[in-house]
Amino acid sequence: MDLPQSVEDTHALLARGNYVADRSLATALYLSLSLKRPLFLEGEAGVGKTEIAKVLSETLGRRLLRLQCYEGLDASSAVYEWNYALQMVEIRMAEAVGDRDRAALEGDIFSRKFLIERPLLQALEPSASGPPVLLIDELDRTDEPFEAYLLELLSDFQITIPEIGTIAADEPPLVIITSNRTREIHDALKRRCFYYWVDYPNADREMEILAIKAPNAPADLSRQIVGFVQNLRDIDLFKLPGVAETIDWAEALTQLDKLTLDPESINDTLGTLLKYQDDIAKIQGSEASRILNEVNAELAGAAE
Amino acid sequence: MNAISPADGGLIAANIMHFGRALRAAGLPVGPGRVLDAIHAVQTTGLKSRQDFYWSLHAVFVSRRDERELFDQAFHVFWRNPKILERMMSLVLPSISNEAAAPEETLSPRVAAALAGNEAPQSEEQEKDTEVIFDAAMSWSRTEVLGEKDFEKMTNEEVEAARRAMRHMRLPIETVSTRRFQRDPKGPTVDMRATMRAALRDGGDTIPLLKRDRRQRRPPLIVLCDISGSMDRYSRMLTHFMHAVTNDRDRVHTFLFGTHLTNVTRYLRNKDIDIALEKVAENVNDWSGGTRIGTCLHDFNKHWSRRVLGQGAVILFISDGLDRDAGDGVAKEMRRLQGSCRRLIWLNPLLRYDRFEPKSLGVKAILPFVDDFRPVHNLNSLTELADALNRTGPRDSAEMAEWRRRAA
Repeated sequence: MDLPQSVEDTHALLARGNYVADRSLATALYLSLSLKRPLFLEGEAGVGKTEIAKVLSETLGRRLLRLQCYEGLDASSAVYEWNYALQMVEIRMAEAVGDRDRAALEGDIFSRKFLIERPLLQALEPSASGPPVLLIDELDRTDEPFEAYLLELLSDFQITIPEIGTIAADEPPLVIITSNRTREIHDALKRRCFYYWVDYPNADREMEILAIKAPNAPADLSRQIVGFVQNLRDIDLFKLPGVAETIDWAEALTQLDKLTLDPESINDTLGTLLKYQDDIAKIQGSEASRILNEVNAELAGAAE
Repeated sequence: MNAISPADGGLIAANIMHFGRALRAAGLPVGPGRVLDAIHAVQTTGLKSRQDFYWSLHAVFVSRRDERELFDQAFHVFWRNPKILERMMSLVLPSISNEAAAPEETLSPRVAAALAGNEAPQSEEQEKDTEVIFDAAMSWSRTEVLGEKDFEKMTNEEVEAARRAMRHMRLPIETVSTRRFQRDPKGPTVDMRATMRAALRDGGDTIPLLKRDRRQRRPPLIVLCDISGSMDRYSRMLTHFMHAVTNDRDRVHTFLFGTHLTNVTRYLRNKDIDIALEKVAENVNDWSGGTRIGTCLHDFNKHWSRRVLGQGAVILFISDGLDRDAGDGVAKEMRRLQGSCRRLIWLNPLLRYDRFEPKSLGVKAILPFVDDFRPVHNLNSLTELADALNRTGPRDSAEMAEWRRRAA
């Protein structure tokens, strides 16, 4: 599929992939797609950053290459590695034949045939369906040296392998970078990207998301869930629930055949929403009932 | 949709450039490259709506979450006439950058100063008594005497000498292995890549095995220092120590706390100790006040721990454990703090008394959750600290068990 031609197109494209997006996100994504620059998404965990890349690859029919970052991620697992076993065999063969000179052998051994490609190098490969979507997930988990390594890739879409030379992409991949902001990413890298902060959605937006992602949940229940979660986000918690948690919770409650929220079922299922014991202890019981009453009052007020 | 012809593109370009300069003056890292990017971006999305225009510029100029506010304010002041876009499209393009003064709403001082031109930023705050006073008279005490002397009892000359000694202190924290490798002749595994290259160098007749080992790296160091009244003399001395450590290597983060928590890492990064201290004094306003350990730790845990405690961090917690809130909420926060780092070391100047008994409520709340408990009242104790940090110890040592027994 072709890339979208306007902000509206981009918005529609995301909607086709069941992703409810703000126009601001569509603008940033459209810029990134049409100006062939990476999109740098920052936001709390569970607000749907990774999902954008997945939706993009699905709706555009492009291959998704995912690089999950972790501390100590190095070139041999992110970019390429030589196939040493195969190289050994080649050397033995050359020895057995006995007529090869060193330079020729070296050129032979360090050629693309012996290269094991990892996600970043794969992303530069031409493909029939168009350039792939490259998702560099949770970049903040890796360390500064790897960030520096990415600079060449992200600005020129090329990778330098000392033994071979520079491998450049004919058409740059669509790059999505995500970060949970557990540490600041260096400016040099951000400068090469378009930046977007993915925020928690407002109540209306979250209702839309629930309608699409948890279609089996009764409408009344969804409204209560969204109201409850929106209320929770104003409370001093260690980890606020993200959209992913809202969806999980809606699914859990639907599985339990709940038609409306009641204090008891909230207490039983709070673990799907809050992930720290302190937070759960704080909300469980009277606080949960209080919030629920508030939500019910709001909903009743809105219905009148 | 790309209705911008080169002619009018130039005028929009000029205005975007002025906007970029205003942002730069407001403290956003905007260079000519970004301005060009912004022009491209606006040409790509077209000038159809103010919203798209806003978010196009946003995608280019903003690169951190905390810059969003500044951008938002600057945008609305700079492009404040809602008809400006229409006017741009109809090619009547006034230069609006000059009339962007006197905003009605309360602006961030940085934006206001940037838009108003090159006026001096804020009025200087009054000089606080927190500024470190340097004694002009210089004299050298013998270092071994100095090493034993309590910071609190030092004369001005001795303080100066001790500070000089501290400037050269380093903290050799025990290193941890990373997942990366480096060449090492005695290493445990074979470096295949290097081996293959070496083999080829000899024509492939023999294959010399080259070894590699995991690269070692120092974990991040986090310093949390109490600056309340009871710690006064020590925390002022230790600021010098923190400055030395911060500039010694990367990944050191320093926080000061009294009634609230302040991150002073950026100020301490300044190479010049005087400038660094001046900036710290300017930005920290709870020196020599009370202590609210629980509240400050809660703040740290909530806002900073996930950002600075990654990758096996070591925490130096410097406090006398005397808490205004009588240890309220401290235990809970200390538990979380210990749970999120590799090693938590408590430095307490009160340990200088041989008969120190861990009986105060604050101390009792903190003790169960620290991995090491050490004095920090003279130069020697700092030197010993360096040794202690370099030693691999179990998280649960006999010494700590004894302290906990006494605190119970």
